[in-house]
Amino acid sequence: MSEIAIHQANGAAPVVSARGAKVNLAAPLARFSFRGPEAACVKAGPAFRTGLPTTPLSSSHTQTRAALWLGPDEWLLLAADGSAGQIFGVIEAALGDTPHALVDVSERNTALIVSGPRAAWLLNSQLFLDLDDTVFHVGMATRTLFAKAEIVLWRTGKDQFVIECWRSFLPYVAGLLAEVARELEVA
Amino acid sequence: MKQPQRIASGGRIDRAAPLSFTFDGETYQGFKGDTLASALLANDIHLVGRSFKYHRPRGILTAGSEEPNALVGLRRDEGQNTPNLRATQIELYSGLDAVSQNRFPSLSFDIGAVNDLLSPLFAAGFYYKTFMWPQSFWNKVYEPFIRAAAGLGNAPRDADRDRYANTYAHCDVLVIGSGPAGLAAATAAAESGARVILCDEQREMGGSLLHENDPSVAISSEPAGQWVEKTLADLAANDRVTLLPRTTAFGYFAQNFVALAERVTDHLADPDPRLPRERLWQVRAKQVVIATGAIERPMVFPENDRPGIMMAEAGRIYLNRYGAKVGSRVVIATACDTAYHAAIDLKQAGIEVDLVADLRPDPQGAAIDAAKAAGIRVEPAMVVTGTQGRKRVSKALLGRVRPDGSVVSAGSIACDCLLMSGGWTPNVSLYSQSRGKVVFDEASGAFVPGPSVQAERSAGSCRGINGLAAVIEDGFEAGEVAAKAAIGKGKRPEAPEVSGGEAGSGGTLGALPHDRDAARVRAFVDFQNDVTAKDVKLAVREGFQSIEHIKRYTTTGMATDQGRLSNMNALSIASTALDRTIPDVGLTTFRQPYTPVTFGTLATTSRGDLFDPVRQTPIHGWAEEQGAAFEDVGLWKRAWYFPKPGEGMHEAVARECATVRETVGLFDASTLGKIEVVGPDAAEFLNRIYTNPWLKLGVGKLRYGLMLNEAGFIMDDGVVGRIAEDRFHVTTTTGGAPRVLAHMEDYLQTEWPDLDVWLTSTTEQWAVIAVQGPKAREAIAPLVEGIDLAPEAMPHMSMQTGTICGVPTRLFRVSFTGELGFEINVPASKGREVWEAVWERVKALEGCAYGTETMHVLRAEKGYIIVGQETDGTVTPDDVGMDWAIGKKKADFVGMRSLARPDIVVSGRKQLVGLLTDNPSVVLEEGAQVTQEARPALKTSALGHVTSSYHSPALGRSIALALVADGRAKTGSTLYVPMPDGPIAVEVVSPVFYDPQGARLDV
Repeated sequence: MSEIAIHQANGAAPVVSARGAKVNLAAPLARFSFRGPEAACVKAGPAFRTGLPTTPLSSSHTQTRAALWLGPDEWLLLAADGSAGQIFGVIEAALGDTPHALVDVSERNTALIVSGPRAAWLLNSQLFLDLDDTVFHVGMATRTLFAKAEIVLWRTGKDQFVIECWRSFLPYVAGLLAEVARELEVA
Repeated sequence: MKQPQRIASGGRIDRAAPLSFTFDGETYQGFKGDTLASALLANDIHLVGRSFKYHRPRGILTAGSEEPNALVGLRRDEGQNTPNLRATQIELYSGLDAVSQNRFPSLSFDIGAVNDLLSPLFAAGFYYKTFMWPQSFWNKVYEPFIRAAAGLGNAPRDADRDRYANTYAHCDVLVIGSGPAGLAAATAAAESGARVILCDEQREMGGSLLHENDPSVAISSEPAGQWVEKTLADLAANDRVTLLPRTTAFGYFAQNFVALAERVTDHLADPDPRLPRERLWQVRAKQVVIATGAIERPMVFPENDRPGIMMAEAGRIYLNRYGAKVGSRVVIATACDTAYHAAIDLKQAGIEVDLVADLRPDPQGAAIDAAKAAGIRVEPAMVVTGTQGRKRVSKALLGRVRPDGSVVSAGSIACDCLLMSGGWTPNVSLYSQSRGKVVFDEASGAFVPGPSVQAERSAGSCRGINGLAAVIEDGFEAGEVAAKAAIGKGKRPEAPEVSGGEAGSGGTLGALPHDRDAARVRAFVDFQNDVTAKDVKLAVREGFQSIEHIKRYTTTGMATDQGRLSNMNALSIASTALDRTIPDVGLTTFRQPYTPVTFGTLATTSRGDLFDPVRQTPIHGWAEEQGAAFEDVGLWKRAWYFPKPGEGMHEAVARECATVRETVGLFDASTLGKIEVVGPDAAEFLNRIYTNPWLKLGVGKLRYGLMLNEAGFIMDDGVVGRIAEDRFHVTTTTGGAPRVLAHMEDYLQTEWPDLDVWLTSTTEQWAVIAVQGPKAREAIAPLVEGIDLAPEAMPHMSMQTGTICGVPTRLFRVSFTGELGFEINVPASKGREVWEAVWERVKALEGCAYGTETMHVLRAEKGYIIVGQETDGTVTPDDVGMDWAIGKKKADFVGMRSLARPDIVVSGRKQLVGLLTDNPSVVLEEGAQVTQEARPALKTSALGHVTSSYHSPALGRSIALALVADGRAKTGSTLYVPMPDGPIAVEVVSPVFYDPQGARLDV
C-alpha cells in the first residue's frame, strides 16, 4: 500500500507539538457522502477514480482520492484535487438514473492529522478502540466516538491517523488532544 | 534527626534520601521509600486517629490498602486538601503535611471521646431507634445532628486544581496483583506472546516477596527479592507488556472491562503541573488473572483496638521492608503459623518478643520449632482476654483455654506492641465484583472463588493456594491458560526451584473466648466503623437473619476496606448467634470501587471547557467581537442579544425588535438542523414523515413541515425546500436535529427499507444568515447574482440557487418574524465573509444584528410556535391551531392514526391562545398557571399554563401565549394567573398579535 497522504497539514502552526505526537489541522478537501446499493457503488467507483471498498472498515485510495467504507451503503469520499462542484457533476453523470444519494459535505467536516510514535496513545485517551497496528491496521477507517464527539478515524500510517469531524466539534477534539498531550512535554 | 524505632540497616528505603514531613504540625524525619505509616512507626508514633463513632484512640493496624484506622488528611496548597487517605498507602515525600482526623481539639485530647464513655447508648441500630419520633424532629433536629456527626475528614474547600487523565487500553491478559502469583502469571502470559498489562496498587511490584528476608527462602537459588527484580526486568523488556505500579484495579465490570486508577504524581513533592495527578485506565481484557493475595485477619478479643495492636504480618513488613520497628517489647497472639515468622524476624532484629500466645492447644510445625529454637516463649492454648493502655497498648491480659473451651486467667504481660494473626482471608473482592459467587472451603475455613462468570481466573492465595512454590506454580498455570484462551497459544515457563516459604496452617474465626464480663467488654470486629462482636449479636437478637441485613444494621463491612478485614469474623459471630453454618449465612457481595477513588479520576478530562463540546457557528467570532451575549441551546452557543453600550437585555431586545419591524435585521440561523434527503423516493418519504403533503411541491418551492411522533404529538418542525425532483433541503429545530435524523433513519431502516432515499446531515455544511425586515430585499439585492429577487419571481416560501458575494448559495425566501425575509445558505467556511458583506448593507440601511431573544419575541407576536416551548410532547397540531399543516387527502403519515384517538378528539383539550394582561406593563411569568377563578379553591385544577411571555415593542405592551383548556372557545373571556402577589387578570385573545393578515410577508 502506498503512502496515504490525501490530508495535508494546512500550513498553520500545529495544534499540538509534543514529544512523540503532533496534531495538525488539515487543509480543505472536497468531501462527499455517497449512499446507495451495490449497483450505485460499482458505477461511482470508476467515476470517482478509486473503487468504493465493500469490506467493512476498509478504505481505498489513490494519490489524491480516497473512499472510506462507513456502512453497507455508505462511503465518505475525499478528494484533494478538483472542485467539489466538478467532481459532483462527474459522479452524478456516471450514475444517471441509478438510485443513490451524493451530498457535498466538504464544508461540514474538518480534519486533524495526528502523527508520531505516541499518536495512538494520544487518541486512546478519548477513543476506546484498540489501536494496536495489528488490530486497527493502516488503511482502516471507522466512524466512532472521540470522548463525546462523533468522528471518523482513518489510519493513514503506522504512526499517523486522520480524524474527520464536524466543524463545530473540532475545537473540542483539538482541545482534548492538546490537554492530554501536555504530559508529553514533561521530560 | 533521630528515628528511634528505625533499625540501623536493611529495608527497601533509600537511606541516602532522608525526607522531613509533618504530622499534626510536628516535624519528623523519614526516608524515600517510606510510607507515611512506616515513617510514623519509625518515629515511634502509633496513635494516628480517632475512631468514627466512639472516638477511641487508634493506631496503624496494617501495612496495606485495607487499613481501617490510619486515615489522615493531606494538605498540599491552600484549599486543596485530600481527606481520608490511608497512611499505609501514602508514599512519603519531602514536605508532606498530614493531619489526623475525627478529633477536636487535638489527637491526644479529643472531646468526642466522651462518646466512648456513653458507648452503651450507641449500640447498633442506635440511629434507627433514637431518631424515629417525633417525626417533626427529623428536619430540624435529627438530620442536622446526624449530618454533623457523619462523615470523616474535611472536604477540600476549593475546586480541584489538579489534572486527571484517561487511557483506554486493550490487552490479551490483564494480571491484577504483582505478588509471586501475579508475577508468574504475567511471565507465562508474556512468554506465550500475549499482550499483557500487570498492575499493582503498591509503589513497588513484588507483593509479599518484598518483605521476605528469610534466608531459607530462595527461588532458583536466589533470594526472593532478586527473583522479583529479574522477573520484572524481563517483563519490562517485553514491549507487549505494560507494567503499572501504583495502580489499583478498583472496578470489574461486564465483558471483562476493568477500571484501574493509577496514581501518577501523589508521591512527588513538587509534581510538574503538566502531569496528571491520576490516570483512569479503562481496560478491555480478553482474559483476566486475579492475583490479589490474602489478607491477614484480626483477632476479636476485648480491647483489640488500642494503638500498638497490629497485624503480625504488618509488623514483619514494617521491619523487613521499611526498617521500622513496631515496638520494643512485643507480644504476639496468633492462631496460625505465619505469625511465627514475624516473631522470628522481630527477635532477630533485636526486639524483645516476650511471648507467642497461640490459641491452638498443640501447635506444631517448622515455624513453631524455629521460634522455640530462637528462644521465644510459646504458649499453646493461650488467648489475649483484654488489653490496657490509653494511647498505646501497655499490657495484655492472658487467659488459658481449657479443653472445654472455657478460659481461666493466666495473668498479664507488659508490652508496647501486640501483634495478632487470626489467619488469612483470600482476597476475593474482584472475583466477587466480576459477579462470581464464592464457595466456602471447609478445610481452610475460607471463602474462595467459585466458577468463573467472566473470562477470568484467580491465582495464588486469593483462591486459597498457599506456600510459595505452589503459588508460583499456580500463577504460571493461570498465565498460560489465560494466554491460550486469549490468543490460542500458551507457554508454561519452567517452574523455578523454590525452597522455603512452605504453607502454614491454622486460623480462627469470630470472637475469641475470654473470662471477662461479656456485658462490659468490647471486642472490635470492624475497626473503622466501630462495630463490636456485641453489635453483631445484638442484630441477630433483634431479628436480622440475612448477612446483608446484619451488615446494613450494624454497618460492619461498610468501611473503606469493604469488610476485607472484618467480614469473616462478623460472619462467624452471626453464624454462631444464628446457629447456622457459615456457608448457610453467606458472604456479602463486594462492590466497586475496591478502594476509594477520587472524583477527579472518574471525571478525567471531562471538566471545565472540555466537559462537553461547545459548538460555535462560523459567525460566532463576529458576534463575540460585537459584544453579543450568548445563550446555550443544546451544545450550541447562540448570540442572545447584541447590547449597545449602556443597554441591558431589555433595552437591547426592544431596539432589535423595533429595528427588524422598521428596517432590517441580521440573524445567525446556522445552528438550525439540516438534513439533505436524496433519492427517487425522497418526496414519498417526506410525505410519510411529515403531516404536510409533499408530492406536489414544485422544485424551487419551500414548505413548512410539521412532524409528529407515533402518538400524534408534535415532535419537530422546520422549513423544507425542494432543490430537485429527488433532492430536498430539510431544516429542523436547533435542538431537535439529532433526534429528527434518528427518527427518520429509524423509519427508513425498519418500516420502509423499500424506499430509495438516503439521509445526510448537512447542518454544518451551511452557514445560514437570516435577513429579516421590510428592507431585507434591498439589503441583499446588490450582493446576489443569478437570482431574481422580484416578488413575482421569488415569492414567499420559494428558493433559488445562485451566488452571493461570489459564493454559491441556496437562497430561501422565508420568515420567522412575519416580515419579508430571506435565509442565505452558504458554505460554512464562507459564512463570516458573506455575513460581513451583508452586515455592511444592513448597517447602511440602519438595520441591526439581532439575537435569539428578539427572534423569540418577533415570532411570538406572530403566534408562531416553538417546539419545546409551546409544545411539551403532549400537544397535537389541532391543540396549537395548526390543522392547516395536515394534508387532508393523505392516506397516511407518522402519527396520523393517533390523531383519531378518543383522548385526542375529545373536547376540552388545552389549546393555544393569546393572553393580554389588563395592565399592559405586566409581563406574565412563563410556566405560570392559568385559572378560571381569581382565587381558586385549593386543589382546583388549573386550566393551563403560560408557554411564552414577552414585552412586545411592536404592540407596546406585554403579550403571552398559553395552553388553556378549551382555550379557543374562551376567546374574549377573562381568566386569571394566580401569583404570590395576587392574581393577574388576563383576556383570552387570538395567539396572532401582529399583522394577522400576513400583509407584511407578501411584499
